[in-house]
Amino acid sequence: MIRFLKATGYVLGLPVILLTAWWFGSANSTSPFWPPLSTIIETFPSTWTWDRIVGDVFPSLARLGIGFGLAVVVGIVLGTAIGLSPTLRALSEPVLEFFRAVPPPVLVPIIALFAGYTGWLGKIVTIALGCLWPILLNTVEGVRGLEPVLGDTAKSYHLSPWRRLVFVVLPGASPRIFTGARQSLSIGVILMVISELFGANRGLGAAIVQFQRSFAIPQMWTGVIVLGLIGVLLATLFKVVENRMLAWYVGQRQIERGA
Amino acid sequence: MSSSPATLAPPARSRATTRSRRSGRSRDLWLGVAGVFIVLAGAETLSRTGIVNPDFLPPVTAMYAALFEMLGEGWFWEALWLTVRGWALGLAAAMALGIVVGFVIGSIPFLRRFTNSTIEFLRPIPSVALIPLVILLFGTQPQSAFVLVVYAAFWQVLVQVLYGVADVDPVARDTAKSYQFGPLRVARSVIYPTALPYIMTAFRLGAAVALILEITAELVIGVDGLGRELGIAQSSGAVPETYALVIVIGLIGVAVNLLARFVERKALWWHPSVRSEHS
Repeated sequence: MIRFLKATGYVLGLPVILLTAWWFGSANSTSPFWPPLSTIIETFPSTWTWDRIVGDVFPSLARLGIGFGLAVVVGIVLGTAIGLSPTLRALSEPVLEFFRAVPPPVLVPIIALFAGYTGWLGKIVTIALGCLWPILLNTVEGVRGLEPVLGDTAKSYHLSPWRRLVFVVLPGASPRIFTGARQSLSIGVILMVISELFGANRGLGAAIVQFQRSFAIPQMWTGVIVLGLIGVLLATLFKVVENRMLAWYVGQRQIERGA
Repeated sequence: MSSSPATLAPPARSRATTRSRRSGRSRDLWLGVAGVFIVLAGAETLSRTGIVNPDFLPPVTAMYAALFEMLGEGWFWEALWLTVRGWALGLAAAMALGIVVGFVIGSIPFLRRFTNSTIEFLRPIPSVALIPLVILLFGTQPQSAFVLVVYAAFWQVLVQVLYGVADVDPVARDTAKSYQFGPLRVARSVIYPTALPYIMTAFRLGAAVALILEITAELVIGVDGLGRELGIAQSSGAVPETYALVIVIGLIGVAVNLLARFVERKALWWHPSVRSEHS
């Protein structure tokens, strides 16, 4: 029991202190930029009504989901192909190095040329292209770094190429694929917001900037908080999925470390 | 390749003889050059034949013509300098802050447990959430970009440094203690060498993130720099210039990656992860 209390104390201690400090530190604030925390909390329910959640938050998240999903599929398929063929890898490496190094927000003006920026298409393409490179490159590395013994064993057991792919290559590369997907997810959230700042739009990022432009500062703060919460939520969700799908790997590493 | 010490290094491949490896390497180089040319020629053809509307994708030669024209103009170098400066200052501040905070939190178990939940919560908050706030506070001044860059890069650095400090061999730490090393000396001769590979990983990750946020701030907020020029070029319909600026920004990204790898190699020449690549 005491141990449990101690653990909760460690988890909640600092956040409680920080929130208390924010609450009292801002209580008598008259600065328009730093409204009191109590005001921010009061405006929360009236700002984030169900209508706004359906109209702004869900579309943003849907675009993020579609873009990220596309990047995962394309990244794994291309990455496996490139990782398995040394020729293809040598051929594409400098090109991939360049595309990886391009900061993804730069894509926005280019995609705006092609697809315009008012609809969903341009935004989804932006998110998908930005998320693609970390997944692609990590898949290549994961496939390349496979234990050669595993591949040889699969070959000597006459596993068909398809089965080798499904039972040897992809599971072996999956830890790296997840590393890439985690990086991609945070880039995706950034792009989800940025893609809504161009043109007249609806969406979470567009809403926050709208508040800021109309000097609705407490509302803007609630938006910043919502965005932060979404970031935390997505990261937690990702961790749950990763722990479940990579349970074998985590266990294996623990054994290796313990030995 | 960039096998970072923080992740699992791929198992060593069976080595061929030196000679065939060398000829393999030059073959790879030529294939890489060929790959670049295939992409460039492909884009040129798509545009010249009109398969892709040349208004959207101008011929590659036109992009490079615009690029060379830009090289002769003052505003280009001014913008380039502002971008690189903003990136470097923000990254340096994030590194300094992350390393100091990481060493302090990491070496005191109480602080580590006490701050863990807060760090895990603050880290995934997307730095772009701060954009409206910095617009209000600083407008289009460079400080806007600085805040975003430092916030984004700081967490990358801090988390890596914390991993690094946690990786310190307890025997080495106890030995230092029994020789009565002071805290500064422990930090210098026990923690620092263990954490250095992680700090280098932090530098690599932080450098890339810092560039993303610097460009974002310029493009979205309008802080002076290449990103702002890119936005202006696009909205004024100067398509070849838009592509030329994207190429320049991409090359800065490549340079940043190469620099990070070079620093990593220089600082870690004694570390097994680097030495095994040369042996």
